[in-house]
Amino acid sequence: MIAAGEPAPDFTLRDQDGERVSLTDYRGRKLLIVFYPGDFSPVCGDQLSIYQEVKGELAAKGVELIGISVDGFFAHKAFQQHLGIDTTLLSDFEPKGEVARAYGSYLEGLGFANRTLVLVDEDGRVAWTYESPDPGQFPGANVIFDALS
Amino acid sequence: MSDLTSAAVPPLGPDDHLRGEGRAVVVYADLGCPHCAAAWAEIAAGPDRVAFRHFPVASKHPRSPALHAAAEAAGRQGRFFEMVDSLYGDRGRVDDPHLWERAELLGLELERFEADRRSAAVAARVRRDFESGIRAGVTSTPAVYSLA
Repeated sequence: MIAAGEPAPDFTLRDQDGERVSLTDYRGRKLLIVFYPGDFSPVCGDQLSIYQEVKGELAAKGVELIGISVDGFFAHKAFQQHLGIDTTLLSDFEPKGEVARAYGSYLEGLGFANRTLVLVDEDGRVAWTYESPDPGQFPGANVIFDALS
Repeated sequence: MSDLTSAAVPPLGPDDHLRGEGRAVVVYADLGCPHCAAAWAEIAAGPDRVAFRHFPVASKHPRSPALHAAAEAAGRQGRFFEMVDSLYGDRGRVDDPHLWERAELLGLELERFEADRRSAAVAARVRRDFESGIRAGVTSTPAVYSLA
């Protein structure tokens, strides 16, 4: 898992609408990256739904939120609509899991990212990380706000 | 803006919605959630003293905020758990006309029910519970906490 203080690896991935999004697009703002195993898996839905409910509070602290999984962007679009969320979802599809690997989140052998959080500061450095003990558990939103406080 | 850092489940307070006798448990539940509906019959029939706290996840269940507001408004006329039981017992009819019908069946004063459920005070009351759940680390519903 990438450590706080390290430069956040840059990336350019497609979002749910097929548009290319880069980490550098967020320079000057805090960014919370939510790596998650996959669209439509039960726990992932709960996690992103819970975080959607506190996006206002995150925005008040200058934090933007994105999700990254190995799913294709068509799946992301369907998942976003299914959950009724507006969180940008990025597709770490090809090469599969490359960005998750760069952040130390990829689970080799399982083929998807672990449930991890990476807070990137305004200068593009990793400010904080959280790694779930297993993909079936996710941190409550309170854990994020503890890190921001 | 609210503080959402970690905090313990708040102890029972004077405006908590309580039903039953015995060991106190706090239940964070979403009135639009099928898992909560399935669990509610067992929770309600159990031996514990249940405190219901609002935890609507609107993105997942778009009608949840309206249902929680309806329950809270019913509570202001003394029929909170009756409305919760009604909403979990019949999840298929939850548009506004159905809520009015439920309110009438419970003997509520309809104008007052409408004014209350659309009020900022009721919204704040629901949001207060929700935020306490977030701070306690609720990640799915129903979330049940036993209070010592």
